[in-house]
Amino acid sequence: MMLGAGDPLLSGKIDLTVVLIVIGKTVAVFAFLLVAVMLYIWFMRKVIADMASRVGPDTAGPWGILQSLADGIKLFFKEQSVPDSADRRVFFLAPYISLMTAFLAFSIIPIGGQVSIAGHQTYLQLADLPIGILFLLAMSGLGLYGVMLAGWSSGSKYPLLGSVRASAQMLSYEAAFGLAIVGVLVQAGTLSTRAIVDKQAWTGVGSLGTWYVIPAFVAFVIFLISAIAETNHPPFDLVEAEQELVGGFHTEYTGIRFAIFYLAEFMNLITMSAIAVTLFLGGPAGPSLGFLSATGAVNTWLMPVFWFVAKVMVLLFGTVWLRASLPRLRYDQLMDLGWKWLIELAFIWVMVSGVIIVGRNEGWNLIAVVPLSLLGGLGILGVLRASMPNRSELVEEIL
Amino acid sequence: MVAQNVAFWIIAIAMVLSAIGVVRTSNVVHAALYLVIVLAGAAAQYILLAAEFVAWVQVLIYIGAVVILFLFGIMLTRSPMGDLDLDNSQRMPAFVASLALVGTLTALLVDAFGNSKVVIDAPTKTSVLSSDIFRLYIVPFEAVSILLLAALVGAIVLARRD
Repeated sequence: MMLGAGDPLLSGKIDLTVVLIVIGKTVAVFAFLLVAVMLYIWFMRKVIADMASRVGPDTAGPWGILQSLADGIKLFFKEQSVPDSADRRVFFLAPYISLMTAFLAFSIIPIGGQVSIAGHQTYLQLADLPIGILFLLAMSGLGLYGVMLAGWSSGSKYPLLGSVRASAQMLSYEAAFGLAIVGVLVQAGTLSTRAIVDKQAWTGVGSLGTWYVIPAFVAFVIFLISAIAETNHPPFDLVEAEQELVGGFHTEYTGIRFAIFYLAEFMNLITMSAIAVTLFLGGPAGPSLGFLSATGAVNTWLMPVFWFVAKVMVLLFGTVWLRASLPRLRYDQLMDLGWKWLIELAFIWVMVSGVIIVGRNEGWNLIAVVPLSLLGGLGILGVLRASMPNRSELVEEIL
Repeated sequence: MVAQNVAFWIIAIAMVLSAIGVVRTSNVVHAALYLVIVLAGAAAQYILLAAEFVAWVQVLIYIGAVVILFLFGIMLTRSPMGDLDLDNSQRMPAFVASLALVGTLTALLVDAFGNSKVVIDAPTKTSVLSSDIFRLYIVPFEAVSILLLAALVGAIVLARRD
């Protein structure tokens, strides 16, 4: 009744077929994520190698495509050492927390449209929670535990420093991240990912304008920046700054436990790209093949999934590009960007779009409301920026 | 309804055991982790009551923020870590005080609800909840916000040395 309020699969009687479909979907999504991570790591290494005029992995399988699989098998058979001073139970638990939250966060992503499996109508989506976005935020909050407990339970200094740094970064950017999502929610008026995607459904080229990337462009930019910072990827990978921290929070982890952290990290990156696609780029929306039947398997099953995967891949290529081209930020730059720019901008964006939406509902003259609210927002930003002490003053004060 | 009752008792027993764990363990980080289980149990009870929004807000705020800040405080300060003897002479007074609290709360709840049944037809919609908070209860909401702001500013003033 509650878990799938929107999914037609769960609105009727729950019998064995329904349970089997849900289990099947869970396994399929998990396998999809695992394979996606494997391919992403290979893709990343290959593209960065190309950008640096190197060959990259080329031995395992055609074009080295099985490299990540080989690495995974190698890590699986390696010794798993546990430091003497480690808190053993927490040390064993931490990687699984990371993996679990990374996987659960993906469960609310609409991968495709509505399909029929064994006579039951269902969404190509693991769970359509009525408060899906809230669930996502909760999961990204819980993901912090994996990082924090891993660093603390290792019982040595570098992992602890790494985990404090990582969690401070993730906490800071969670604010901007959440506010960027609010920027979409005030326009969509719903917390369900399925409903958000439905509002951006494809009805022709004109529906490109309903994709929230256009009406909520500022929120989109803030979302992308803070999502990369949330997942600790370059240029925000201070968490793994090797020359400062040895290896970050997972320094003491070896073998399969290390592999699980690695997996969770890239799962998070894929989930974030999928969420960006869901919130801003229409999710599975896209033109279907007109010369095939609109109700046939290709147009109901394949095309939405194709568009979804294609959009996610464009964003993932963007992350690889960033990794290959941008140097790491300094810690104070990271904090400046998060606290002094992104959070402010996101707040102002929410206010401005709120005013515009109320104006539209109340029938105010939009030609006056839109520029006025934008001007007001810029004015607030200017006042806030002017009231901040600049760096030299701060340094003087501290000295 | 039987299934709900069984689930309630399983979660409730897990919550009580973890709550005892919070005060019994001598490791501060373990205590915080036991607290996470208690709070997650409360969230699970909310889900049983079809209050999904409140449940996930509970996870988001209490588990995702409050306990994380506890852990942050424990890691950044020089608080005792590891299995140290953290007991002190306040064992008995603390026991009496918590017993009194349990008694008061139980009496209050029984007095207020007794045997009355709350019928839940459908999950509460988030939009209903938000319009209640921001229309009916806007004044208490703002009052609490200002209280929190005051606490925040107070903490900064106390923590700043100069």
